[in-house]
Amino acid sequence: MLVSKFGSQIILKEDRNGLQPALFIDKADIVAVCLFLRDTEGLYFDFLSNLTAVDYETHFAIVYHLNSLPYQHGLVLKVELPGNRSLNELPEIPSLTSVWRTADWHEREAFDLMGIYFEGHPDLRRILLPDDWEGYPLRKDYEEAEKYHGIHIN
Amino acid sequence: MANPKYNEALIRYEKHLTEISSQEMVLNMGPQHPSTHGVLRLQLITDGEIVKEVVPHLGYLHRCFDKHAESLNYAKTIPFTDRLDYLASMNNSHAFVMGVERMLGLDSKIPKRIEYIRVLVCELNRMASHLIAIGTYGIDIGATTPFLWCFRDREHIMNMLEWASGSRMLYNYIWVGGLFYDLPVGFEERCTEFIAYFKPKLVELDEILTQNQIFISRTAKIGVLPADVAINYGVSGPMLRASGIKWDLRRIDGYSVYPEIDFEIPVGKGEMGTLGDCWDRYKVRVDEVKESVRIVEQCLERLQKDFTRTAEFDPRALVPKKVNLKAQDYYVRAENPKGELGFYFVTKDKSDIPLRVKSRGPSFNNLSVISELGKGVLIADLIAILGSIDIVLGEVDR
Repeated sequence: MLVSKFGSQIILKEDRNGLQPALFIDKADIVAVCLFLRDTEGLYFDFLSNLTAVDYETHFAIVYHLNSLPYQHGLVLKVELPGNRSLNELPEIPSLTSVWRTADWHEREAFDLMGIYFEGHPDLRRILLPDDWEGYPLRKDYEEAEKYHGIHIN
Repeated sequence: MANPKYNEALIRYEKHLTEISSQEMVLNMGPQHPSTHGVLRLQLITDGEIVKEVVPHLGYLHRCFDKHAESLNYAKTIPFTDRLDYLASMNNSHAFVMGVERMLGLDSKIPKRIEYIRVLVCELNRMASHLIAIGTYGIDIGATTPFLWCFRDREHIMNMLEWASGSRMLYNYIWVGGLFYDLPVGFEERCTEFIAYFKPKLVELDEILTQNQIFISRTAKIGVLPADVAINYGVSGPMLRASGIKWDLRRIDGYSVYPEIDFEIPVGKGEMGTLGDCWDRYKVRVDEVKESVRIVEQCLERLQKDFTRTAEFDPRALVPKKVNLKAQDYYVRAENPKGELGFYFVTKDKSDIPLRVKSRGPSFNNLSVISELGKGVLIADLIAILGSIDIVLGEVDR
């Protein structure tokens, strides 16, 4: 159904190796695709179970786990992002807060721990760590600071 | 932080707090407030006694679960999952273990006795968790007696689980491929005795709290959560069911031996006026305890008749020496007392240490709806709403 609506170029590739097949979507299309998936009869993916950011060292990936309450089916969407490591230029992706409010806190968590910038997020502050924390701890190249406010960490 | 773009939201938030009008006041609730059930800090922008806005601040109990899981192998991570929702440790480790077993292809080989023991201890733990939710909810809005009753009965469950696992709250009992130990001899009998003792106590609890006029006036028509808002916020578990949606992963996914067990899924009916109010959420939990009692009874019956203890039964027979997985990713979900607990695994090829584990705590999502529910309510009602969400900060902050 996605292909009939958007054309075959919408799905970049498919992953059928694991237990849960996944569709790869370009980051520019993600909001339109998700709105379509949420509102189309027969799909109704109204429940965003989970939103994860993964650091594959070569690149980053955002993984969305969608579920439909009326039809009881699920779908996995993935978006690959370039793996630039600079703290000045975080990887950027449009926010899904306008589609599911669940994305709000999950995106804040991904920003906080993995350093992904969600464009258009209404309130993208750090959520779990203090506001003045430096770096993004879940990145593979993260190095622990020796001190935080003059207190030794180890 | 170098790029000023990443600080914009923080500056906006701080500016918002300084720009409130003269009759408004910023009020801090927590992190040491007793009715926030842990270390949650809510910033309230109030006008007199009316809450205009709620800004939750999390992270006081952040223990880097995701980072720990990336540096330890799967078996060593199970004790950490116990500490997520520390009131329902069995359920947490059950979900985690299920995910690893499915990736290994072990899940169909697990003996029935092990599965029944898992469901038995999980349901006992669910009862204990709901008893805390009900008891502390009572004390939040001023009823002390149900709190003491609930903790008295919960202590029996804690003692039984301690007998089985050796620990009172953080069990590490369910292992990948099996169990730590078989149930101790006499456990089934003692559990049956407990159920016989507990059933009349539930009736008592119903009489003192459910139909109590003061309790009803504090909870009915307060904090109404419509079903569409609940779904949009990713709310799950008893909160979603209280809004009238029959969604229980034990039925939907039918994991473990739940398809073989007969139980109802209680949903909110709006008996006190409005569907999805605090009273409905409380009632769904009370009904779920009753259903858990039924599940425990059925498990005990099967364990005593069909899958009895034998001398050669070894609950560790299938426990893998080393978990060796190919590179894949898998999202597992299970119905915890608080809602849908999910673990998302990304595995490395030929390694027993995962590349990434993300835990999706139900309390984290359930709590996110507080800023929606808390708009325009009285401060006293906010306590009632927060109590009815039933959060565990260990899981919100992870």
